[in-house]
Amino acid sequence: MRKMQKITGGLMVGVTTISVMLIIAIILVILVVIINGGKEYFSWEFLTAFPEDGMTKGGIFPAIYGTALLVLIMSVAAVPFGTITAIYLTEYARENSFLSRTIRFAIKTLAMVPSIIFGLFGLGFFIKFVGGGMDQAFLGGQLKWAQPNILWASLTMALLTLPVVIVSVEESLRTIPRELREASLALGATKWQTILRIILPGARSSILTGTILAISRGAGEVAPILFTGAAYYLATLPVSVSDQFMSLGYHIYIMSTQSSNVDQTLPIQFATTMVLLLLTFLLNFTAIIIRARLRRTK
Amino acid sequence: MDNKEDVIVPEETNEMASVPEEKPDKGFKFSEDSLKRKFRISEFLSKYIITGVAFLNITIIVLIFVFVFKESLPIFSSKQKENTEVYGEEGPERYGETEENQTLQQPERYTGEEEVESGPERYGIEKDTQMTAEQFTQDSILSGKGNEVEAGSDEATFKSLTGKKWYPVSDHPRYGLVPLFVGTLKITLIGILFAAPLAILAALFSAAFAPKWLREWVKPAIELLASFPSVVIGFFALMVMATFFQDVFGYDTRLNAFVGGVAMALAAIPIIFTVSEDALTSVPSTYTEASLALGASKWQTAFFVTLPSAVPGIFAAVLLGIGRIFGETMIALMATGNAAMISMNPFDSVRTLSATIGAEMAEVVFGDTHYNVLFLIGALLFIFTFTLNAIAEFYVKGKLMKRLQGK
Repeated sequence: MRKMQKITGGLMVGVTTISVMLIIAIILVILVVIINGGKEYFSWEFLTAFPEDGMTKGGIFPAIYGTALLVLIMSVAAVPFGTITAIYLTEYARENSFLSRTIRFAIKTLAMVPSIIFGLFGLGFFIKFVGGGMDQAFLGGQLKWAQPNILWASLTMALLTLPVVIVSVEESLRTIPRELREASLALGATKWQTILRIILPGARSSILTGTILAISRGAGEVAPILFTGAAYYLATLPVSVSDQFMSLGYHIYIMSTQSSNVDQTLPIQFATTMVLLLLTFLLNFTAIIIRARLRRTK
Repeated sequence: MDNKEDVIVPEETNEMASVPEEKPDKGFKFSEDSLKRKFRISEFLSKYIITGVAFLNITIIVLIFVFVFKESLPIFSSKQKENTEVYGEEGPERYGETEENQTLQQPERYTGEEEVESGPERYGIEKDTQMTAEQFTQDSILSGKGNEVEAGSDEATFKSLTGKKWYPVSDHPRYGLVPLFVGTLKITLIGILFAAPLAILAALFSAAFAPKWLREWVKPAIELLASFPSVVIGFFALMVMATFFQDVFGYDTRLNAFVGGVAMALAAIPIIFTVSEDALTSVPSTYTEASLALGASKWQTAFFVTLPSAVPGIFAAVLLGIGRIFGETMIALMATGNAAMISMNPFDSVRTLSATIGAEMAEVVFGDTHYNVLFLIGALLFIFTFTLNAIAEFYVKGKLMKRLQGK
């Protein structure tokens, strides 16, 4: 009886161990396969050259540039917005008030909404409603803003990455000791002064972590920019926010499903996927390390 | 501790929000007047601006719903009756929200009429698709499903939305959502069947069996999977997994629901793992200690005490995983074959709701019926995930709380 139990116990523990190992093995397999497939074609030229011959040769520089620009504009929009929301939730809102509960639920919903819905929203709100309105108001109906461009794509992406920033910043604001706030207030500082001089400096590295995580998420998402600004191929780099842009993720999607010679461009696809994967991987890794270091010092 | 409270005026410590924030500059005497909150413009502005920005988060959710739904409204404008029925199903509170924005919807209905007038565009599309009519009949024969042609009307009335055929681009476009729903459900089922057991068992390992140092490695490692962009997982499924599974199982269509479902599972594993791990670790240690003290072994405690007490949380995790798979677009676009057909075979190609939006929105004419139907699909997706999230949030959490705080 005892022995039977020991065997079943061993089996049960074994099953859970195997699940963990399987998941980690899958992660490793994806990494290895994609790096293996991509490393042949990968070179410095690949990163810095334009696509050539109908994208069957050459590099992916415009896609990298477009992605960088996208996440830059996205961060400018999402990080302040997310930080302020986090400050509200930790400093101003009463813990269980209706408003703060609703805001929390809204943020959770925002994190859950399928990314394609953000794309639809970007199309319906930013392009048709805001863009169309701007064209009507300033350009007399001339078509400029009411079409996909990098600004609308970035703002759409900012909505998607907002929860990432909020959660990350809020988590660290909560770890700032209450005594620090009380000391500041007791010395006569006002609430706003306390936030500016005590809370925000203390949360600096977590805001950085949140930004990194948001960038990693934004660089990888494709669905929201499918019809809000990403372009199949552009001969020139975007120079204004009303231009379209190329993006790494969209490039992979197009090359692997829509192009006529998928097999021929396979090395390029693998190399592009490798660049995107390593980029998000490194960003996340940095964020994890910063976070771990923060926890250790506390 | 008591000393501190003496320094700050006692009644103020109860509410952090109203600590006195001005210096008594003369005499250093706390009078009733000097303890009163002074009006400062910077404080006032900062407070209301911050609150306003925080409130915007709620507005965004409302706006997303309103704008996605608004673009699909012209479908209902011809048949107002069905419209109200749909509202009835979705619950009264959201109806109220859209009603508030009724003014926003006015211009839309106007453009809808405009689009009807701009005939030439739609005419052009019909011309293009006349050539595909032949292909379309072939398709219907191939899929072997009901060859009888429904009385095709150009209007996507409510009846045709519940039809069994999705031929948005043809002479008689039909917008039957049933095959898309079937496809999505199939993918979701396959995905969750793979993801849930794996992720929950892994969470149990991390929460109950792993020593602390290992746990600190396992958790971030699995959560790293969440950082993989879905387009990368989709690419991996398309190029590597599809070929591998075809070699193993030897089926005909290379891209099918099975490949898509397994790839979706990869996307859902991290979210199910994280949420159920949180639920498992939040089971009070008194539970496990009591079980161990009664002579149960470690694995018995884990499987018969910890796991059952965390069931509501794990249920929430699975719901969130379902939501993730349901709305996942890029993997569905790349790895499922994208053929809208109704079949129960897991090795047939499927087309999911989200993939349909992603694939067809770029080629559709603004304001066309097809365009509106795609937005309707979006609205349905939104409602679905919103509901799932609400259940996971309120029902499950409430239950978990009750259970863990001693019934």
